[in-house]
Amino acid sequence: MLKTIGISSLDELYSDIPREVRLNRPLKVDGFASEQEVRSNVEQLLKENKSGSDYTSFLGAGIYNHYIPAAVKHIVSRTEFQTSYTPYQAEISQGLLQSLFEFESMIRDLTAVDAVNSSLYDGSTALGEAARMAVRATGKYKVIVPKSLHPDKLSVLRNYTEPVGIKVEAFEYDKETGGPDIEDLQSKLDHETAAVYCEVPSLFGTLDADVVRIPSLCHEKGALSIIGFDPISLGGLKPPGEYGADIVVAEGQSISSEMNFGGPGLGIIGCRGANLLRQIPGRLIGMTTTIDGTDKAFSMVLQTREQHIRRERATSNICTNEALLGIAAAAYLSLLGPKGLHDLFESILVKTRYAIKRLEEIPKASVPRFEAQHYQEFVVTFKRARGITSRINRKLLLAGIHGGKSLVKDFPELGESSLLCVTEINTGEAIDRFSGLMTKLLRGSR
Amino acid sequence: MYHQATWDEPLIIEKSQAGKRGHIPTGPSDIERKIAGDLGDAVPNILRRNGLPPLPEVSEPEVIRHYVRLSQENYSPDLGIYPLGSCTMKYNPKSAELAVATHKLEKLHPEQDESTVQGMLAMLYRLDKILAEITGMSRMSLQPAAGAHGEYLGCLIIRSHHRSRGELEKRTEMIVPDSSHGTNPASAAMAGFKVMVVPSNSEGMVDLEELRKLAGPNTAGLMITNPNTLGIFEKNILEIAKIVHGTGGLLYYDGANFNPLLGKVRPGDMGFDIVHLNLHKTFATPHGGGGPGAGPVGVTKELERYLPVPLIGFDGKKYFYDYNVPDTVGKIRAFHGNIGILVRAYAYIISLGAEGLKTVAETAVLNTNYILSRILASGTYDLPFAQARKHEFVLSSKKLYDSTGVRAMDLAKRMLDKGVHAPTTYFPQIVDEALMVEVPETESLADLDQLVEALLGVYREAQTSPELVKDAPHYASVRRIDDVKASHPKTLTLHWNNPSLLENREVSSEETSPQESKSRLASPPSR
Repeated sequence: MLKTIGISSLDELYSDIPREVRLNRPLKVDGFASEQEVRSNVEQLLKENKSGSDYTSFLGAGIYNHYIPAAVKHIVSRTEFQTSYTPYQAEISQGLLQSLFEFESMIRDLTAVDAVNSSLYDGSTALGEAARMAVRATGKYKVIVPKSLHPDKLSVLRNYTEPVGIKVEAFEYDKETGGPDIEDLQSKLDHETAAVYCEVPSLFGTLDADVVRIPSLCHEKGALSIIGFDPISLGGLKPPGEYGADIVVAEGQSISSEMNFGGPGLGIIGCRGANLLRQIPGRLIGMTTTIDGTDKAFSMVLQTREQHIRRERATSNICTNEALLGIAAAAYLSLLGPKGLHDLFESILVKTRYAIKRLEEIPKASVPRFEAQHYQEFVVTFKRARGITSRINRKLLLAGIHGGKSLVKDFPELGESSLLCVTEINTGEAIDRFSGLMTKLLRGSR
Repeated sequence: MYHQATWDEPLIIEKSQAGKRGHIPTGPSDIERKIAGDLGDAVPNILRRNGLPPLPEVSEPEVIRHYVRLSQENYSPDLGIYPLGSCTMKYNPKSAELAVATHKLEKLHPEQDESTVQGMLAMLYRLDKILAEITGMSRMSLQPAAGAHGEYLGCLIIRSHHRSRGELEKRTEMIVPDSSHGTNPASAAMAGFKVMVVPSNSEGMVDLEELRKLAGPNTAGLMITNPNTLGIFEKNILEIAKIVHGTGGLLYYDGANFNPLLGKVRPGDMGFDIVHLNLHKTFATPHGGGGPGAGPVGVTKELERYLPVPLIGFDGKKYFYDYNVPDTVGKIRAFHGNIGILVRAYAYIISLGAEGLKTVAETAVLNTNYILSRILASGTYDLPFAQARKHEFVLSSKKLYDSTGVRAMDLAKRMLDKGVHAPTTYFPQIVDEALMVEVPETESLADLDQLVEALLGVYREAQTSPELVKDAPHYASVRRIDDVKASHPKTLTLHWNNPSLLENREVSSEETSPQESKSRLASPPSR
């Protein structure tokens, strides 16, 4: 090979690089000789962790422990999908393209919008991109979000909006029901507003009927409505497109992959109408035919929106996305089907109510904090001295339980509160044990 | 002779049959149901869905066969060489897949107490240190989900830096070379910067005189990849750094092209202030058909105070979330990063060590130059600009186009018939009829020779039988796709049941082929 190139050593391949910038020592990076040793090193590290299989977990707040069918894992481990890249050469990438087209179609059907893209990084960046879409489509620079937004989502949203001069305002949530305070929203929603964001269920797990009023309030002021949804909940909840959402966003981890310490996620975004479609970020897959018209075929469409063609005038900088999780979601939704997704929704609904009923018995606490119907999550407020939430969580850990997410720092107005999550993974016995332990801990505490 | 699988696989919705189910989720127990009570009021009526969600009704074997058949209609690096320029499509070692297949990773929730994720934090802490050493930077954020996401974080850090000096108002311009990746100008524009394009000189490198004219008191920074997208090492990089730093701007390293420099040159030693790495390129994690990837960002000591929170700290006994980042930009995504990708990259790095990483770089450059030498010796394609190349090179087939009418895209499509993936086409935009070839270190001599034969073969075919090439591919799952129709407002189809969104129209039998009509009118699932 050296002879073909016409050089006598590998060093000559780097002769154009100035000596001043070359690294003249080996990197300080240790390596192992064999695959077995590498694996053992990784295992030694990871075995320190106490996973959701070691402990019982009541953590949610954006990442959820659901059962992922074996068939989903099998499909995404097909290395034809796993090791390929963006299908720039559509003719030899039909498998990927058709799978992603099916993903887009299924999410579109679940949400009742017109078009869905093939993925963004996660639910929080999907919200950021949705806000920017709304601003481009309306020419207005204000976005309104609920105060019950997860603080990390709010931070991501600010980072996606502040640099281009978009103002983010927050409207109150109702202190009794946890739902949107429509009056406060109306005082902020004006003709300068590009969009209002709201999610169902809320961060607090509440199912708020008032959310369906928001799209028309937006439209009266020439603003758009962005609705955040939980994919599994659409097994039983009304599609946001049916009550007027212009843009829908979601975190799709729950229908595609294990928790994996919070990443990768699956950012879902969809929209209604041609005007917004021209503003959507990322890859869109379309169904078409071959030039000779003989075969159905799939390819990336409307690419002139994208960075590799439009550069600084693109709708977004996104290139690498989360396509493999989109395929996983298509497989997951196909496997569950209409009945399966509905039954899973109902199962979680039942378990949530069961957990609330069981925990109602614990002393000196309001369970649930909010007077509302709940799905998957609910807030518990402890009527005890400061610090009780973290003290309880520490004691739960000793008993092999990951308690709820403490809301004390992010939502101080809720006092000593914890956000609890139950999915189909949490058995009745585990919930009973948890509530028994909570009772014991609270009885003995100040 | 290569023949890709062709299944004429229907859409999964077309396979739907009422009553079929592929997976039964766990339901609640009788006691849970009893205590939960009647569900009549469990959901506000106005939020209740009418009927069941519209999804396909199929069995598990049907789902598996459907997607396995589709997978067979997909070329991948596990099937053969994938010389897609600037994408670094190397072989992904399978040991990394085993590393992540454990409940000790899969079943970790990101909000778990620190004490229960010490192993995870230890690995992320080590990865931070290792990547900092490899890039010559002070500290990394492992949060960005992709290269472009890292670029955006870099732009936010550049804003924070200028804001802290009271200069954000005037630092409005981001400079990028005309050969830069599309993500660079797109990221800068997303972050509110005006994009200033510096042209390349006759050697294919940043024109220093033009850069001096562009750089000034309004310069926020310069985003550049080195080697650049032509595969040429910007030998004036220290001078470029001096010019940009001299104006008070920052220098951003786009790590998409870092593979040839592993263990040889470090961005930190070239004067860069901010660096991103594409772990799915340089560190061999699978590309996922478009993602997930990971784009960790490293910065100098001075810029550490702007990194996203939390970082991972270590107090000598335990690992902890470090929120002590005084001027942090906050969050750029939820939680801690694309962990599954980070763990695979960690496994890859420790399997190679310092010596192995350097060998990766050298072998990739050797492979690329071998291909280039053979192409140049053939007297076919032209190679605009200087000859010294690193990990990739960009050929021009302009001459061939002028004499035969065969486009670079036609050549790319004909290459698919020969059992190899095509190079990146029409990029960078400064080369006419561009074919951008990158061959990573994992390819054997036989693979390389096959690629050379494919590149030369299609060139010769274009000269002797141009129609054969213009009609290609012939052996892929489908023939040449109608991209114009695919994106045309009248025919754009983004969903399996509805016609174009951009223009409502009646589908008449004259303008629709039977196949198209069949698939477009796929019946919805019965419920």
